[in-house]
Amino acid sequence: MSGAESVGDGRSGGDGTTGDDVDRTPVPNADVCVVGAGPAGALVADRLAADREVVVLDAGPRFDPDDRLARRERAIRPAYDRPDVWDVGGERDAHENAGEWFYPLNHARVKGIGGSTLHWQGMVMRLHEDDFNSGTVRGVGPDWPIDYADLRPYYAEAERELGVAGGSGVDNPHAPPREEPHPMPAFEPSYSDSLFAEACEELGIDIHSVPNARNSEPYDDRSPCVGYGTCQPVCPSGAKYDATVHVDRAEAAGATVIDRAPVQYLDHDADRVTAAVYATPDGGEHRQEADAFVVAAGGVETPRLLLLSESEAYPDGLANSSGAVGRFFMDHLFAGAGGTLDEPTRQNHVGFYTSACDEFYDDADEERAPFKLEFFNYAGPSPVEMALSGDDWGDPLLERLRDGYGNHVAMGGLVEQLPRADSRITLDDDRVDDRGNPVPRIEWTVDDRALSTIERANEVQVAILEELGAEVEWVAGPDATGPAYHHMGTTRMSDDPAEGVVDPDCRTHDLENCWIASSSVFPTSGAMNPTLTIAALALRVGDGVDAWL
Amino acid sequence: MELTRRDAVAALAAVGATGGVAVGVRRMQDREGGEDAATDGASAGDPSDRDTNEGTVRATMVAVAEVVYPGEVDGIDEFVDRFLDGRLDGSAHASGLREAVGELADASQAWHDAPVEELPAAEREELLRGIGADTADEDPDGTTAERVRYYVVNDLLLALYASPTGGELVGIENPQGHPGGAESYQRGPP
Repeated sequence: MSGAESVGDGRSGGDGTTGDDVDRTPVPNADVCVVGAGPAGALVADRLAADREVVVLDAGPRFDPDDRLARRERAIRPAYDRPDVWDVGGERDAHENAGEWFYPLNHARVKGIGGSTLHWQGMVMRLHEDDFNSGTVRGVGPDWPIDYADLRPYYAEAERELGVAGGSGVDNPHAPPREEPHPMPAFEPSYSDSLFAEACEELGIDIHSVPNARNSEPYDDRSPCVGYGTCQPVCPSGAKYDATVHVDRAEAAGATVIDRAPVQYLDHDADRVTAAVYATPDGGEHRQEADAFVVAAGGVETPRLLLLSESEAYPDGLANSSGAVGRFFMDHLFAGAGGTLDEPTRQNHVGFYTSACDEFYDDADEERAPFKLEFFNYAGPSPVEMALSGDDWGDPLLERLRDGYGNHVAMGGLVEQLPRADSRITLDDDRVDDRGNPVPRIEWTVDDRALSTIERANEVQVAILEELGAEVEWVAGPDATGPAYHHMGTTRMSDDPAEGVVDPDCRTHDLENCWIASSSVFPTSGAMNPTLTIAALALRVGDGVDAWL
Repeated sequence: MELTRRDAVAALAAVGATGGVAVGVRRMQDREGGEDAATDGASAGDPSDRDTNEGTVRATMVAVAEVVYPGEVDGIDEFVDRFLDGRLDGSAHASGLREAVGELADASQAWHDAPVEELPAAEREELLRGIGADTADEDPDGTTAERVRYYVVNDLLLALYASPTGGELVGIENPQGHPGGAESYQRGPP
């Protein structure tokens, strides 16, 4: 069925599994209850489903796979904003911004089976060894209580699970050590990469392949990339990994996945969670009991759920004896620059990038944050999107498209921000969601080290673009930066129960049967996209839960 | 530049419709004759789908395409017809498209005393601008101008510029929305 407006709202109908006839009652005798069906929750569930009774609760819907092209049409058509593509917004997703920096939360997440991997771009790098020891090596932020070596086998496994096309570290001397090649070969560099490579060679700057959670060849019964060019926010072909892969696998192994079941609070006694109390579309409320609980609801909803679960035993929020729940909210800061050449650059054929530069990453210290650089394959406007806006058509429109498309170049980059206690998620005092629960209140602040590092990234970007012969037309510096939609830090990991929410195994210090699988456990963020680390930690959590059971 | 059957198939793929089922139903109904023969299978059970005659929809869309497509494009008739084979698929979009075409057709009768497809090209363009489709932002739930922009003008522009031939007009043989493979991005300019 075609038409962007023909898509169901994700809350009814479709494939027959999302309507009100679905059984959303609790699963008896559950071993494990997972809250959240994004990549972390899906991987934990898949890890345990064969041998354990697993139930997964997600606040959002089970999207009909047949709607993907229509959702993709929404991404192209100007009538729709980005949150409309996956039905984000409304009272369910209400939130408040109260910080120094505005945070566009509903652009930054998808609620539903698959979570934010439904709209992510799919870049999957490992953190660097120094990222785990920022305090010791760089002199800022805490060290993680685990090292790269602890996570290294899980990184390799996560790369196999997601399906990563990468250069196996062969062409990237700055990548952390690895013991085996990526599961698939890296995507070949783009034509514009070849232009950038010449400029970088002149400047003595390294350029190398980049790991993509996107099939460069058939993998895991999924298609190779067919070049729709709309990876973010919709991959219609299934070449880009999303967490429905592991949700489906977990269900096939016996897990129960309940959609449209927002957990209202976690019932508990002094040292155990006893039930996840969740709402259903029919207005009902249910208690899912289990031996173990894994909260995997992302960097905003995870702390919110803990805060909503306050009690006499935990008056400041569940698992919050440290006071760290919701604090140290971090994202990666975008640094970018772009312009035009006097020759064709062949942009917008695909929606992902194929070359990067990690050369400056490990120069980080107390004053300089780690940062990485990206060479875009989608600089400048897409002709299709241009065609749908404007007052012209016919020959004048074609002339405008020809003038507007063809010779753009651009670079991006991500910069680490430091964890700050005053950058945080709390519960709003005045506003409630569609269930009457206080909405998340975001106070996002950014440190000066991050801002000065953005300037440094801009210097390198502009130098490369000028070497390329580009007329630099825009620079996204400290005044124009924004978040990369990577929510981190709000239930940080620490050996010390007074300093963190979870221990090195991602189990809460306060509750013996409650784990958190999320980027919310990151003590520092590094500057690499977080999802591969989320996946590695989730696999490790799965093992930990299994051993505990 | 000639629009081909491949372009129409690509345009349909770009909007999530294949056209196969709709074409089959329409042809079967054509054979059976009767009042509904000129409507596609999607119309069953939905009175709004019968508001605008199938032939009027197709003729009007072709007539508008001849205005909004650049002059160097050929093969518009067959391209638009095949695109509509899939687009008029019984979805809410198909109903919206018919209604928007119906309003455009009504305006044509009221202002020019003739159906859209019988107007000279200049008057067709005048009609579109008169209804406000040039300056309106597309909106499937908006005013007449916004819906004509959404369902008529922009549907046609999306079909063209998400197709390989439409892309090549601009210099991109694998435009956004077209699954043209993961090789073209590696190639330099021709």
